[in-house]
Amino acid sequence: MPTMSLTVSILARTCHNDQKANYGSLSRSSHGVRMKRSDRNLQEQELSNAELSRLLGLVGAERNVEAFETLFRFYSPRVRAFMAMKTRDALLAEELMQETMMSVWNKAAQFDPARGNVSAWIFTIARNLRIDAFRRKRPVFDENDPAFVKDDAPPADVELEERQDAELLRQAMESLPPEQLEVIRRAFFEDVSHSTIAEDMGLPLGTVKSRIRLAFDKLRTSLEGRR
Amino acid sequence: MKIHHHLSDELLLEYASGNLSEGWSLAVATHLALCPECRRTLEAMEGAAGALFDKIKPAPSTSSDSWEAMKARLVAEEVTEKRPPVPAKRSPDHAFVIPEPLRSYLGGDVKDLKWNALGRGAYQIRIPTADKDTQVRLLKIPAGKPVPEHTHDGREITLVLAGSFRDGSDIFARGDVEEADGDLLHTPHATEGEDCICLAVTEAPLKFTSWIVRAIQPILKI
Ligand SMILES: [Zn+2]
Repeated sequence: MPTMSLTVSILARTCHNDQKANYGSLSRSSHGVRMKRSDRNLQEQELSNAELSRLLGLVGAERNVEAFETLFRFYSPRVRAFMAMKTRDALLAEELMQETMMSVWNKAAQFDPARGNVSAWIFTIARNLRIDAFRRKRPVFDENDPAFVKDDAPPADVELEERQDAELLRQAMESLPPEQLEVIRRAFFEDVSHSTIAEDMGLPLGTVKSRIRLAFDKLRTSLEGRR
Repeated sequence: MKIHHHLSDELLLEYASGNLSEGWSLAVATHLALCPECRRTLEAMEGAAGALFDKIKPAPSTSSDSWEAMKARLVAEEVTEKRPPVPAKRSPDHAFVIPEPLRSYLGGDVKDLKWNALGRGAYQIRIPTADKDTQVRLLKIPAGKPVPEHTHDGREITLVLAGSFRDGSDIFARGDVEEADGDLLHTPHATEGEDCICLAVTEAPLKFTSWIVRAIQPILKI
């Protein structure tokens, strides 16, 4: 399964082997000095979803602090950046980041490593905490409600498909035209309405909407293509 | 149940990004409870957010050691949140018409509801939310009632929970959602056979009254 172990390096300033060596030493050692040195590399590289899933699985199964530290060093600068976009307040962003990572630690056992996309899962935790912080309500469906309509589609190999989703999505996202990607990025991270996005980008609202539709048509197609 | 009218990608993206206010979100989440297809799209959107999350420009810590602070909390706080037990399968003696989260907002299923008459056999229940930007109500339109042609202003979402209505050549039945924005021309009527129960979310202020409410209010003579 070559895609599973693929380590895509987007911002890598070190070569592939160096990265491996760095986070190899991270998971073996918990000495602060060595951590600091490799912090920057870990922030800027991308770990494969398979590796992130494995680490989160260790946290869930055995409260593994070293695995959590690796996840923390990878995600905390991202969660902090995400929180700072909305709050524009470094202290609050730090606090919300800590809350998010604490939730990751506490809820890790609920994450099914065979099925999930770690970054998507952590995004939803951060998103929900950001909503709470601004005292907003976001009603959600309840899978255990008798009136909930279950998906009767899942075939036997649905788990394999879902494990590939993270990688497929990542590839599909990279093939999106930059103007579509930019609209989606703003929608997720800037926490503003689509009409504000349109204003900020100097575009008619209809153009923003059609970029969203085109982008998700493409992402849906790429996910369905695996079936 | 086959759903033919789904949430638009724009609306679902607002929900996925956490940027949709409570009133609209209630209609979105209730449709999602009935619609595996839109849940798959939601999952793809959250996956897309995850992919973007990986590439976000990291914000370095301002405090000297963020991890030390985190580690101190891990030690201090006993883990209370274990994997939640799978709740016993509730086997209701009847099938619910109204799914969660809407059922909790209403305080019960259809049989428990106290309707307020609107005239011409139509009824409504106002659903309070903390959201000042929307009006949320459950409506009951008598079966077969024709509704005159009209236009409306402002954004609105109508989600059918029982019965159905026809708008032009489209039929909206249980689970179907009609999203309207601005000058859509409606020619709706509830179809024969069963009263149509639907959730209608409209923009506040009051001038943006649901087309169904306006259409059935005889006093407006539209
Ligand atoms: Zn749908």
